[in-house]
Amino acid sequence: MLPSIWTLIGQAGTFLVFIWAVMKFVWPPMTQAMEERRQKIAEGLAQSEEAEQALDRARAEAEDVIRQARQKAGEIIDQAGKRGTQIVEQAKEEALSERDRQVAAAEAEIRLATNQAREALRERLAELAVAGASRVIEKEIDAKAHRDMLDKLAAEL
Amino acid sequence: MDSNPDLIHGTEKAAACQMPSADAYVVHHITNLRLPKGADSMDPMVWHVDTMIVSWVLGLFFLGFLYLAARRATAGVPGKLQNFVEMLVDFVDNSVKESFHGPRNFVGPLALTIFGVVFLWNLMDLVPVDYVPYALCEVFGVPYFRIVPSADINAPFGLSLTVLALIIIYSIKGKGFAGYGKELFTHPFGGNPLLWIPNFLLNIVELIAKPVSLAMRLFGNLYAAELIFVLIALLPWWIQFIPGGAWAIFHILVVPLQAFIFMTLTIVYLSLAYEEH
Repeated sequence: MLPSIWTLIGQAGTFLVFIWAVMKFVWPPMTQAMEERRQKIAEGLAQSEEAEQALDRARAEAEDVIRQARQKAGEIIDQAGKRGTQIVEQAKEEALSERDRQVAAAEAEIRLATNQAREALRERLAELAVAGASRVIEKEIDAKAHRDMLDKLAAEL
Repeated sequence: MDSNPDLIHGTEKAAACQMPSADAYVVHHITNLRLPKGADSMDPMVWHVDTMIVSWVLGLFFLGFLYLAARRATAGVPGKLQNFVEMLVDFVDNSVKESFHGPRNFVGPLALTIFGVVFLWNLMDLVPVDYVPYALCEVFGVPYFRIVPSADINAPFGLSLTVLALIIIYSIKGKGFAGYGKELFTHPFGGNPLLWIPNFLLNIVELIAKPVSLAMRLFGNLYAAELIFVLIALLPWWIQFIPGGAWAIFHILVVPLQAFIFMTLTIVYLSLAYEEH
């Protein structure tokens, strides 16, 4: 009479062999392939996350650099401005002192010229006076003898 | 097959669950649970209740399995279930990509469904042959129960007739009504009016051969496989694990291979139907 308890046991044996074969030859490569795939996906996701973070960091860094550059540029402009006014100020000062110097030199020259002219005039006047006097007294006056008197006269002029 | 009415509707429950001879045992294993009672197996109105129940249960299992994976799917590192389903979907999608060059939004899911369903049908062959029918007979008095839907010709044919309908739909979709009609009458011999009839007849034969070969291949493989398990069950119990084990291990190849062949040929047929010649 079929099926009996024995056919059922025999079929269980068949099934056990099948399960053993699956466990031994099918399951490990399948789970391994699945695990590999999972790992690959996990790695890919982690890498993209990392790249995103790196990008964020780089962006922050770039902003920092730009801000610093801007600050520095401002400082440089300020300095340049200061330096410019300084130069202008200095030039002005120099120009003023040059002007003073030149004016002083001119004045000294003028004074010298005036003195020289006055001296020449004085001498000329003394001569003229002597000439005039000699003409008046119709006689040569000894210039030497009257030098002192004439000098005195000239100094009075 | 139905010569002995006692075999089909056992006079007593106990007698129905146990067969008096080896040939009665084998016949019992290849007889479906039929409705209405006493209907002949060739009756077009007969229902193979066991095939329908098993394929519904397996289909719902497959759907639920995929639904569970889809509902819990994340864009991050996939869990074990999602990972498995993704591998399956990738595998099927790649197979479709290789041979079908039209839009894949219908053919892809179709191929996945065919592969999954046929795989699960075939997998039922590995359940020890007596367990389910014997248990159902002893507990519920169900006289017959075959649990391998693909070993019942009706299930593979149901699937392959759907494929036939899709072949015709895709032919019209790809070539238009007129284009497909023209192809039916002018291929493969040419457009001479004298050749219209031979062309058409040949094309019809070719068209019908596709679902027939699809269904017969699957049915033949699994029917034979099931029968061999039944025959092995007739051996002494202590030796069964040797041929039975070998045959079961061979099924590690047969079960996915038949599912894969059914799926791939479906894709190829649809691709041939869709593309211009």
